[in-house]
Amino acid sequence: MLQTNALAEDTVLTQTDNAVSVSGVSKNYGEVEALKNLTLDFPRGQLTSLLGPSGCGKTTLLKIIAGLLEPTEGKILVNGSPVTGPGEDRAFVFQDFALLPWASVIRNVAFGLELRGVAKSEREDIANKYIKEVGLEGFEKSFPHELSGGMRQRVGLARALSVDADVLLMDEPFSAVDEQTRRKFQEDLLALVANENKTFIFVTHSIEEAVYVSDQIAILLPRPSRVADIIRPTGLREKDVASIRRDSEYLDIVDEIWASLKSYVE
Amino acid sequence: MNNRSLVLKLLSAVIVFGAWEIAGRIPVSYAFPTFIESMKALYTMVVDGSLFQAYAETLKPLIIGVLISAVLGIIIGLWIGLSEWFDWLFSPIFIVMQAAPLAALIPLLVMIYGIGLTSKVFVVCIMAMPVIVLNTSSAVRNTPSSFIEMGTSFLANRWEVLFKIIIPAASPVIFSGLRLGVSAGFIGAILSELKITPTGVGDIITYSRSIADYASMYAAIFSIIVLAVVFLNLLEMLERVLFEGNVRGYASD
Repeated sequence: MLQTNALAEDTVLTQTDNAVSVSGVSKNYGEVEALKNLTLDFPRGQLTSLLGPSGCGKTTLLKIIAGLLEPTEGKILVNGSPVTGPGEDRAFVFQDFALLPWASVIRNVAFGLELRGVAKSEREDIANKYIKEVGLEGFEKSFPHELSGGMRQRVGLARALSVDADVLLMDEPFSAVDEQTRRKFQEDLLALVANENKTFIFVTHSIEEAVYVSDQIAILLPRPSRVADIIRPTGLREKDVASIRRDSEYLDIVDEIWASLKSYVE
Repeated sequence: MNNRSLVLKLLSAVIVFGAWEIAGRIPVSYAFPTFIESMKALYTMVVDGSLFQAYAETLKPLIIGVLISAVLGIIIGLWIGLSEWFDWLFSPIFIVMQAAPLAALIPLLVMIYGIGLTSKVFVVCIMAMPVIVLNTSSAVRNTPSSFIEMGTSFLANRWEVLFKIIIPAASPVIFSGLRLGVSAGFIGAILSELKITPTGVGDIITYSRSIADYASMYAAIFSIIVLAVVFLNLLEMLERVLFEGNVRGYASD
């Protein structure tokens, strides 16, 4: 069912099979060039990681795509139309979760819909559905301070899913949760990419994480930031989630990326 | 838990009043009555109604002043917190106001506004407003930027960011500013009655001191403290009703 949908969309959208395309984007903070003439395409329905050492501008790029920052130069197209600010076609998952501490889980999850003017009962129905989907059933009335870090990020994820945007922008979403929770999250993310027909843009500083979850990895190098390489793992998606980390392609790519990044790490 | 805090409160009351009683009986000073004497005087004033008449007078400038300070103070504070330009323009006024020796300014106020209600309201405002403004503005400025980014990315407009994110985020500090402001307003109201014209509770204090009826004087002071505590508790209840999710154990119970 999902497959046929994806196929049908593919044939319709043969020309614009990039959900997001960034062309010639530069961003200067005064004298400092954070991004310089950066061009990158994000294929529809896939997960693209932005990977690089700290200070390479990956979060800046993500926020420019989100419409939270304005590029100094260049153009971003989402579904073919230029980005001028935040839009309904994109949803953001924050590194520090950005949950409203005074609002219950359900209000936090429904907050994006609340801002879009969806009626209360309708948005709570939708929110309930996604709370269940991320595995937080029974915590609807809890407040963020009562949840663990991993559960908080699940709320952040449910909030982003509930607005049903085409593009999900994730800014190091798992960096603030513990190792075991992170592994679970990565597995869940793979299932999400497979089941939801959405485009994911995923910022991370973990090489293993990027190789594990991505269809496409863009390696960014700093000062000024540029795309150094684009790596597309070919055989990993068909593998069982549990055996990816033992796969030779996985191990090779991790080594290769580390070799190219090593010299940029202080 | 609740029971225990009630017991502790009662215990602290017993200790304070007991110390008062003992100090009055020694006596530490000829002008210091015992707790029981003061309570008797308070009872007399309640029964003959003079206390209520006095408060009818005192509460006028107090309530008007506190309301003006709260409404105007929060609006100005929000504005200062949101706009750097406004901050530059207005913050210094309130910082100076907070530091100014009010007693020295009172003659000036009386010259301009006379000895009536206006001057007294001014005194209450000068006492109460700066702390409300300064607390509100710093709370607004300290709203976590990721909340605002989150709101913007989920398509909040400026008003939604203000009312759904900034104000709730700032509300605990705004309310603590209000609590401090109300306490300062009480001081202002009594100060104005002592320094401008003796009316209301200020009159009871001044008059009973002049005829050496110290029990009544302390009874009046005691009644002000009780009223202030009641006011502050009401304010806390209001906060709980308005911002349910804020009560995460920081509020005093």
